[in-house]
Parts: sequence; C-alpha cells; structure tokens
Amino acid sequence: MAERNASDAVARLLVADDNKVNRLLLTRSLELQGHRVACAENGRIALGMLRAEPFDLLLLDMEMPEMTGFEVLEHLAADAALRDMPVLVTSSLEGMAHVVRCIELGADDYLPKPVNPVLLKARINSSLEKKRLRDQQKELVRRFATSEVAQDLQESGFALGGRRVQATVMFSDIRGFTALVESQPPEETIELLNTYYTLMFDAINSYGGVVNQMIGDGLMAIFGAPLPLADHPAHAVRAALEMVAMIEQFNVERTACGKAAIHIGIGIASGDMVAGYTGTQRRATYTCIGDTVNLAARLEAHTKVALRTVLIDRAVRAALPEDLAVEPLGAVPFKGKALAVEVFAVSTEA
Amino acid sequence: MPAPAPAPSIDTVIYAELQDAAGAEFAAELVVTFLEEAPLMLAELRSALADGSAERYRRAAHSLKSNGHTFGATALAELARQLELGGLPADARPLDVLDTEYARAAAALQELARG
Repeated sequence: MAERNASDAVARLLVADDNKVNRLLLTRSLELQGHRVACAENGRIALGMLRAEPFDLLLLDMEMPEMTGFEVLEHLAADAALRDMPVLVTSSLEGMAHVVRCIELGADDYLPKPVNPVLLKARINSSLEKKRLRDQQKELVRRFATSEVAQDLQESGFALGGRRVQATVMFSDIRGFTALVESQPPEETIELLNTYYTLMFDAINSYGGVVNQMIGDGLMAIFGAPLPLADHPAHAVRAALEMVAMIEQFNVERTACGKAAIHIGIGIASGDMVAGYTGTQRRATYTCIGDTVNLAARLEAHTKVALRTVLIDRAVRAALPEDLAVEPLGAVPFKGKALAVEVFAVSTEA
Repeated sequence: MPAPAPAPSIDTVIYAELQDAAGAEFAAELVVTFLEEAPLMLAELRSALADGSAERYRRAAHSLKSNGHTFGATALAELARQLELGGLPADARPLDVLDTEYARAAAALQELARG
C-alpha cells in the first residue's frame, strides 16, 4: 500500500475467537490494513500457535470454550518467551470489572465488540510500535550487555546501586601487548583483538562467567553475579585454563603464518563484593567493586613478576577441587594492602 | 387505533458501515456465514436449557449478542443480551421470542445482502 512507510512493515497477527463471524470479520479488517493474519478457534489452539511460530500481536476474545482469553493471558504472563507479546482484547463481555481484569493480566488494550475499524487500526499500530521499541531495546541490551545482565535487567528492572554478593572476579590481559601493537598495522591489531575476545568470551561464558568490562587488551569477568552460580571459584579457574588452552591453539595458527605468539596473564580472587549498576540513569554498566576486585587486578599484574599464567588468592585456592594442581608462591606485599597476600599459581599443564 | 409499526429488525446505518469497512461483497458473504451459524447458537441455547447448563446458555447468548451487533440486528442483540445476563429461565418462552426475532432479522439481512 502506497501510504505505508518503512516503519509500517507488515505484521503477523493472530486472531483468537470461537465465533466464526467475528473471526472472519476481524481477519478481513486486519488484512485490509495490510497485515498477515492467522486464526485460532479457542485459547488452547492460540497458545499452541504462539509457542510454535512468531507473531507480532494477538487479538484475543475472552469467551472461548476449552481455554478462555483470561486463561490465555495467564499462560502468556507465566511464559518468559511470550511475556512481551502485545495483546489486544476484543470482547463484548459486559462490565468494567472484565476490562480491568484483562489489563491487570497484561493485555495492552480492550476493544469492545463490534470492533470499530478505525479504532482497531490505531490500537494495533500503537501496540506494534511499542513492541518495535521494546524489541529494539532488548536487542541493544543484548548487544552491549551479557545475557545474564540482560536477564537480570528484565527480571529486576534497572536501578543504580549495589548489593553485597559472594562472587569470584577474574582479570586477564595480553602480555607485551603494547610492543605487539607497535609492530603491526592497526587493522591487524583489531582483528587480533576480535579473535582474542571471541575466544575468551566463549571460555568464560561456557563456565557461567560474565565479561563485564573490556579495556584495550584487558577484560574483567564475574562469576556468581548478577545471577548466582554454585562453585564460582572453581568455575573461574576452569574458565582460565580453557582460556589458556585456547590461546595455545590460536598460537599454533599464528606461528604457522609467521606471526608472533601471544601470551596472557590471569588473576582470580574470590569473596565479598558489591555488585550492581554504576553510572548515570542514561548510561550505566554492571560491575563489581571492593577489595576482592582490587586483589584480582593485582594478581593479574603480578603474573608478569611471578612468570606464571594464572594466579589465585587463598579463598579461590580453598574452594578448588583436588584435580586442579596448585602451587603456593608464598606471601606477596601488594600496593594498597596492609598485609602481604598469599598467592597461588594454578598449573596450566594439561 | 392501529397497532404501531414494528421496529425495523436491522439498523441499516450499522449494516452500511459494515459494507463500507469490509466491502459489500464480503458483508454479504458474512451474512451467509451468520445465517449458517446462528441456528446452531439457537439450538445450543435450547440444549443448554434442557441440560440445565447456565454456562453454555450464557456463552451461546453472548455469541449471538455479539453477532447481532455486528450486523445491526439491534433488537436481536438486545434480546440475546437479556438472556446472557439473566441466567437460566424457568421455561423456553424467552427462546421462542428470540427465535421469532431471529427469523425477522434473518429475512431482512438476506434482503440487504442481495443488495
């Protein structure tokens, strides 16, 4: 249709109504507005279709055999994948109480039958526009935050401020990165970083960790927040070993094409920290702060001095199962720490 | 004194709006569907009454009301609405009244659909 603009893309709608005349008429109205429409004769069929294929919006009758519209709304609210599905209720049920109940159950709007076509068009466009914005927002959150942070945001909402958690923090960076950058064209450095981050994210995520900061060649990851994780110290160490193994693999490829091997250093500490969103209302990141976090950063820096790849603190050491070999390196005085800290190296021999 | 002329069974303004919005041909097809479906709803009302099922009775009346409004069969819709909200009646007399009104509305709709 000529008057449709780019944001007015064809939407896929589902009409759920047990009455054939209503179903045909609604479908006709929606098709005349340029949408693609599928139909369901009752709530149970509608729910099955919503779970089987993607729809942009549901037009829902309330009075239906087998499963009523109210029950459909309840099922949608309880289903994480369908919770955000826009729903317009079309009904000729009498009384404001029904309208209120629909809205409380999560319906976007309530259109009395017979549905006025002009009103229908306006409500559908507004609901689709809201869904588009929501999808865009979700996509942004997905791209710039980890899926765990995205899930935490969706479930708890966004609030600046922290809460005290028990978690494990990891810092990692590439040894001699500055020299490497100076020795090769920037395009190659970007490509190297992209590969490096892909490998590291993969290793960290597969052990339940969350990468929350990337600075140049360094990264910070959290195990145990925002979502709780059992045995987070062991998970972090296993992720570190996986990272080291991946870098070794990567080096085989690099040396085969005449490039210098790269080496990483990893520091891990476990304990109390404050986790939460810091920043402003407009721009914030999920992070952790506290002594444990500082210690992990110091341990990572200390890998250069100790000439070991993975260093951990006593709390991580204490939580490790026996199959992970660990060597005590004695107490090390760190800047900002009144007492020397016991440091352990994790064996990276496979 | 002559009896007052019976109210028209179909509000032609509403039917014309339906034709405008959905197309005259589609509206006519929709009338055919309604004339197929409505007798099933009337039968369901009688069957629900015989079975003493207030829920089925209410639902069938609700459906008929909804369709009545769609076509401008305002008197039929109003009778169906009374049944929807009134609960199971003592006997089938309200359904006889409904059948009569449906017959009037059906005849008028067929006339309108023929154009």
